[in-house]
Amino acid sequence: MDFPVFHLDIFGNRGLIAMIAILHVLINHGLAVGMMPLLACFEWYGVRKGDKRWDELAYKILFVSFIITTTIGALSGVGIWLSVSLVNPYSIGSLIRVFFWAWFVEWLVFITEVCLIVAYTLTWKKWRDGEAKRRHVRLGFALGLFSWITMAIIVSILGFMMDPGNWLADSTLWSGFTNPIYLPQLAFRTPLAATMAGIIALFLVPFFVPRIDPFRHQAMRAIALWTLFFAPLVAAGGWWYYSVVPSLMKDNLAVSALTLAFSGWLDELLWIAVFTVVAVVAVVQVAISRPNLLPRVALIFPLVAILWMTGHFERVREFIRKPYVIGRYMYANGVRVDDYALLQRDGVLAYATYSTPLTEAEKASVPSRLDAAERDAALDRLQKGKDVFMDTCSRCHTTHGVNAVAAHLQRLFGNQPWKPDLTLGYLENMHNAQPFMPPFPGTSQELSLLALYLEQLQHNTTPTSGAQQVGIVVNAAGAQRQAAGDKGQGVGR
Amino acid sequence: MNQIPIPRDIPLPLPTPEPVLVIVLVVFFLMHIAFVNFMVGGALLAFYYELRGLKEKRYDTLAYEIASTITANKSIAVVLGVGPLLAINTLYTVYFYTANALTGTFWISIIPLVVTAFLLTYAHKYLWKRMARRKLLHLALAFAACLIFLFIPLIFLANINLMLFPEKWGTVQGFLSALTLPNVFPRYAHFLLACPAMTGLLLVWLFRRKTMEEANVIGFERAELIRKGYSWAFWPTVGQFVVGPVALLTLPHVSGSTGPTTAVFGLSLLASLWMALLIFVEVGRPAERIGRSFASICLLMLSVLVLMGAGRHLYREASIAPHRELVKAKTEDYVRRVGEANRMAHPAGDQRRP
Repeated sequence: MDFPVFHLDIFGNRGLIAMIAILHVLINHGLAVGMMPLLACFEWYGVRKGDKRWDELAYKILFVSFIITTTIGALSGVGIWLSVSLVNPYSIGSLIRVFFWAWFVEWLVFITEVCLIVAYTLTWKKWRDGEAKRRHVRLGFALGLFSWITMAIIVSILGFMMDPGNWLADSTLWSGFTNPIYLPQLAFRTPLAATMAGIIALFLVPFFVPRIDPFRHQAMRAIALWTLFFAPLVAAGGWWYYSVVPSLMKDNLAVSALTLAFSGWLDELLWIAVFTVVAVVAVVQVAISRPNLLPRVALIFPLVAILWMTGHFERVREFIRKPYVIGRYMYANGVRVDDYALLQRDGVLAYATYSTPLTEAEKASVPSRLDAAERDAALDRLQKGKDVFMDTCSRCHTTHGVNAVAAHLQRLFGNQPWKPDLTLGYLENMHNAQPFMPPFPGTSQELSLLALYLEQLQHNTTPTSGAQQVGIVVNAAGAQRQAAGDKGQGVGR
Repeated sequence: MNQIPIPRDIPLPLPTPEPVLVIVLVVFFLMHIAFVNFMVGGALLAFYYELRGLKEKRYDTLAYEIASTITANKSIAVVLGVGPLLAINTLYTVYFYTANALTGTFWISIIPLVVTAFLLTYAHKYLWKRMARRKLLHLALAFAACLIFLFIPLIFLANINLMLFPEKWGTVQGFLSALTLPNVFPRYAHFLLACPAMTGLLLVWLFRRKTMEEANVIGFERAELIRKGYSWAFWPTVGQFVVGPVALLTLPHVSGSTGPTTAVFGLSLLASLWMALLIFVEVGRPAERIGRSFASICLLMLSVLVLMGAGRHLYREASIAPHRELVKAKTEDYVRRVGEANRMAHPAGDQRRP
C-alpha cells in the first residue's frame, strides 16, 4: 500500500526470507555460538595437559568456522534484514521502532564479536606460550560469551514477534524485550547451538586427524561427551518453549510444520524427529564408547539430522505465529490489527499510494471482443483486483509459484470455472475455516475485485511481476480511488 | 503519469530523538565507508601489484602485504555498516524501503555478491603460496573479486540516490533504470577515486611502522614504500578536484535550501587542497624525514570525510524535508481516521480485534 510491492512470484517472498534466515541460524548457532566455547575448551584443555594436538585441532576447526562465519554467516545476517525490508517493510519498520536500542546494543556486541574472532584467529599462532597463551584462551571464552549475547538479544525480538506480551499495553522496549517467549526460546537455542557445534566438530575431526592417530579417538570422545551433555537440555528447553507458545498458535502447528495438504503428517513428523534425536544420541554414544568402530559416513547422518531439525524448527516458528507477523499487533499481510476497522469500512485501495501495473499476460486475459470503453472498464477492474491481491495476499502467496493461490483454488474448485460467484463465499470466510489466514482487510467490493483477478489465474499461468521489475504507478489521489470505493472519504494529496 | 507519491510512515514514534539517529547515521557511515575504501582500494592495488609481480618478484611480495589487509578490513567494513543501516531504516523508513523495493532484485543480490567477493579474497590470500605456479588463475581470483567490489557500490548508490527523489519513483523500472537518474555516475566516480586515495594513506601508515629491515624483506626501501602510498593518495585526490565539482554540479535541484551544502563542500575542497599540498611536500622529502606530516595529512583527510558526510546529510535533508512534512501530515491524518473508525466499530469494547 504505502511501499512499492516487491514480489517474487515463483520462489515466493517467504521463501526468500526463509532461505537466508535458516542459513544464517545454522551458521550462527553451529559455528559461532556453540563452536567458539567448544574450541576455547579444547585450547584450554590442551594447555592444561601440555598436549599441542588439542591446540592444532582447535585451530583447524576455528579456521573453517572463521571463513564461513565472516562471509556467509555475517552477510546472511544482514541478508535477513534486507530481505524482510523488501518483503514486509511494515513489520521490520515497526520492529525497528520498538527495538532500536536492542538492535543498537546488539550491533555493538556484534562489532566486539567480529573483532574478537578476527583477533582470536589471527593471534593463535603468535600468542603461543606462557601468559600470552593463557590470554589467548581467555580471548576464546570472551568470544564465546559475546557470540551468545548477540543471540540472546536477537531471540528477544523473535519472541516478541510471536507474542508481544505487555508491549501491546505499555509500548516500552523493556516490556517488548521481556516477552513471554523470550526465556524459553533462549533456553532452547543455547543448548541447541552447543549440540550443533558438537555434531559439526564431530563431523570435521576425521578430516583433520588421520584414522591411525589415537588422538582422533580422544578428540571424538571429548566432543561426543560435550554433545551428550547438551542434548537433553535441548529437549528440556524445547518442551518449555512449546509449553508457552500461545494456544492459538498451537492450533496452527500442524499446518506450519508441513503444508496445508500434509497437515496430518505432523504426528508422523514428530515421531521422525524423536527417532532422529535417538539416532543422534546413539551415534554419539558409539563415539564415546567405541570411537574406532564409527565409520566416517555415519557422522554425516547426525550432521544432516541436526541441521534438518534446526531448519525445520525455524520454519515452524515462522509459521506458527500466523495469522500475525507480530502477535496480535500486525497480520502477516502487513496490516495492523487496528487498521482493520478503517480499511474494512473504506477499502484498502482508498489508502493505497501505489498500484502495481498489469503484465501483458494479465491484460490479455480481458476478452478482445469488448469495445474500447468496456475494455478500459474491465482493465480497470482487473488492475484494482491485482492491487488488492498485491496489497493483501502477496506477502505469503504467489499466483502460480510457491504457496500459489491458483493451486489452492484448483484443489478447492477443480476445473470448474473460478467465477467470483463460486470463489467469493470461500474467500469471505477463509479466516474462519483456516485460522492461520488473516481476515480480509478490505471492503466486500474489493473482495469481488480480488475474485475477478483470481478468476483469470485459471488460464493465465504467466508469473506476475513485482515493483522491482515493472515499477509502480502512483495513484493520482486517494480520492480518485475513493470514487469507486464510494465512501467519499478521500485521502492523499 | 509522474505524480509525487505521498505515502504514510510507520505509525509508531521514533525510538530516540532525531539528532541521535542522525549522529549514528553520519558518524558510523563515515567509519563504514572508510573501511569499504580500504577494502576496495586494497583489492585493486593488490591486483595491480600482483600483475606487476609477474615481471618483477618484489611487487608480488608487496601485493601480498596489501592483500593481507583486505580480509580484516572487509570484516570491519561489514560490521560497521550495520549501525548506519539501522539508523537509515529508522530515520528514512519510507524513502529507503521504497528505493530498496524498486531496485529489489539487485538490492538483495548484494548478499550473494558480497559473500562471493569475500570468499574470493580469502582464497586469494590464503592460497597465495599454494597457487604460486598457477599465477594467472590466482590473478583471476583477484580480478573477479575486484569486479564484484566495483559493482556493489553502484547498487548502494542507485538506492540512496533514488530515495531522495520521490518524484522519480513512479518512473523507475528496476535497478538499471534507477542508474540512469542524474548524479549516480559522478558520485560513483567520486567513490572510486576515494578508494585508492584512502588505501594509499593506509599503506603509508602500514609502512611507516616497519623498520628498514622489515621493509627490505618486501624488496623496497622503506621510504620508497611510503612514497608509493602517498602517490596513491595524491593522484586520485587531484582527480577529485575535477570529479568532486562535477558530482556537486550534477546534484538535482531540490526544493530545500542547498546553500549550506555548497558551503560545506567548498570547505572540504579547501581541506583537500591543503592535504594534497602536504602530500606533495611529503613525497619530495628525503628518506629520513618522510612521514613527518602524516598525522596532519590524516587529520585533513578526516576533516574532508566529516565535511563530505555533513554535506551529504544537508543535501539529503534539503531534498527530503519538505516531502517528509507531507508524509507526516498524511500519517497523522491516517492515525486519526483509524482511531475514529475503531471508536465507531467498537464503541465500548476491545478495539484491537476487528
